[in-house]
Amino acid sequence: MIEVVSQDRCVKCDVCVKVCPMDVFALGPDGIPVIARQDDCQTCFMCEAHCPVDALFVAPLSGPAPAGSPYTDEAALLEAGAMGRYRAVLGWGGGRTPGSRLDQNHVFTARLAAGSQPAEETPAGRRRVSGEPSA
Amino acid sequence: MTVTGLSPHTHELSAGVFVVGGGPAAAWAAYKAAQAGADVVLADKGYCGTSGATAAAGTGVWYVPPHPAEREKAMAGREALGGYLADRRWMARVLDQTYEGVNELADTGRYPFPPDGAGGQLRRGVQGPEYMRRMRILLRRAGVRILDHSPVVELLVDADGAVAGAAGYQRRHDRPYRVSAGAVVLATGGCAFLSRALGCDVNTGDGALMAAEAGAELSGMEFSNAYALAPEFSSVTKTAYYSFATFYHEDGTVLEGAGSQKGRSVIARTLLTEKVYCRIDRADADAQRAMRLAQANFFLPFDRMGIDPFTQRFPVTLLLEGTVRGTGGIRITGDDCATSVPGLYVAGDAATRELICGGFTGGGSHNAAWAISSGTWAGRGAARHAASLGPLTARRRVSALGGAGLRPTGKPGRPGAAREVVAAVQAEVLPYEKNLLRHEDRLAPALAGLHSTWSGLRASLYGGDGAEVVATRQAAALAAHGRWMYTAALARQETRGMHKREDRPGADPSSRRRLLVSGLDEIQVRPDPVAPVGPQEYAGLRAAS
Repeated sequence: MIEVVSQDRCVKCDVCVKVCPMDVFALGPDGIPVIARQDDCQTCFMCEAHCPVDALFVAPLSGPAPAGSPYTDEAALLEAGAMGRYRAVLGWGGGRTPGSRLDQNHVFTARLAAGSQPAEETPAGRRRVSGEPSA
Repeated sequence: MTVTGLSPHTHELSAGVFVVGGGPAAAWAAYKAAQAGADVVLADKGYCGTSGATAAAGTGVWYVPPHPAEREKAMAGREALGGYLADRRWMARVLDQTYEGVNELADTGRYPFPPDGAGGQLRRGVQGPEYMRRMRILLRRAGVRILDHSPVVELLVDADGAVAGAAGYQRRHDRPYRVSAGAVVLATGGCAFLSRALGCDVNTGDGALMAAEAGAELSGMEFSNAYALAPEFSSVTKTAYYSFATFYHEDGTVLEGAGSQKGRSVIARTLLTEKVYCRIDRADADAQRAMRLAQANFFLPFDRMGIDPFTQRFPVTLLLEGTVRGTGGIRITGDDCATSVPGLYVAGDAATRELICGGFTGGGSHNAAWAISSGTWAGRGAARHAASLGPLTARRRVSALGGAGLRPTGKPGRPGAAREVVAAVQAEVLPYEKNLLRHEDRLAPALAGLHSTWSGLRASLYGGDGAEVVATRQAAALAAHGRWMYTAALARQETRGMHKREDRPGADPSSRRRLLVSGLDEIQVRPDPVAPVGPQEYAGLRAAS
């Protein structure tokens, strides 16, 4: 879930308020967005990807980070270089190459297609049935 | 538009085509409707560009060059897995349309596909954030009016029952709104029951509820129990990489028979009593490098947790993706993605994907191709329909169709009840022993529980005239979905596709029919009179033509 909005980095552009598909943010009195409805956060990382100044951090947990968690400690996250890492991977931001240009999806889909696996037995063990998807 | 009972602060708009939703299918529908000359409004519950299952992820696309042998192989790929319920004529159309659409995304949309090393591009996959960012740019250039954070809650119909618009609530303006339109495209996504699967919490099946209220049928609702693997702590449901995984018991011994592509039910059964661990230890160094570059967000939770998934074991869970990865949805009655309701068109995961996947999953490349193709057809179909109505459209007298959660039949209940409805529905649809490992002894009581939840909410669930209507309508849509799903699951007394009945193992050859469900307070189920078009039927059709 979203855990950090950096007061120091935020430039009050409101992009996160606008792009969050779950409407988690609200504008604070000073114009800096606040995490108003964390319960609704679906941990999709989209706000972080769209923030132009790497002021946001989404923890990898699908629930709120526990009190005292390093995921809520802005200084530690900055120190570790954690903020803005996803945007860098996507290749968004000035002077970067779009991450999609480097996409190697075809390499492993080819490998997947090459290595077929045995079918599963049904619970009753009588018939071969289809397995589940990969996507 | 003439309307009665409007709140004085209702924001009113009119359009030729109104597209409901903001994922890829909605974007393609709006783009193609605008290209066809329609005046288009698109409204998304969240933000068109980040909303839905695709934007937050990355996906393969069923992009197959028009070489007969390759196309044949592509069509045969999921046919048996889907229980031969698909339709080859539709597969061929989708392959053609997707090929054209992806090329347009590359050439006009300037999507940065990776180079193929021979001067061309590899166009078989897209990264969600980049793809949807480009689609939004295309929409703006095409003159589509985009309404973000504007969930639609109900359809509007004219005196003849033709769909004439839709109404909803604009969260950022805190006001209700209505769009009168010549035609409506529902591209609201599937229903993942708020399971926290990546990007899917906006996918609550709202479109199916609205379509059913207008009298449309649904198809394939028994194929709605797709579960995705995810690290236990996380929302990230990218499952392809688990094909390179080994699954373990807590003590480190291998969980025999468990797998991602095959053997997910072994994982489910084991999860009922103990934790299951995973390590992606069957990928060599080359594969590992390729994986990192292909689906960056797969590694986000691991990197942030300090776990190396290639060398360290981590606990996994299965998250329900319902009809997002399952194939059930609103029934299509024409090549232009029309429904049985005049003026109503459907696209993407809101529509049934049985036509190309049968009862197997549409997850990944097929759903992506379907979004492009069905979006294109629905957008053009809606534009044509709107144009055929002429200028009279704007003067139609309309009425609103929303029932459950909007207009209770009894005394309106207290605010906040939507949350309890969601919890009651989830208790019946999320558990593996009910929905994945299906058996009449568990399906029947679960369905009874859902019926009871529905009766209660239909009588009293009420969202008032503020933003709460969004939550009450979502809750009603989840309950309706659960009931359609289990009604169809009980009616299909066999194992076919992803629908596996422990008490009915094996396919019954006489049941090779798609199943249609309809209705809300009373649910009807019947076999689709339109038969699937498998390889043999398709060969027959081609020989005859």
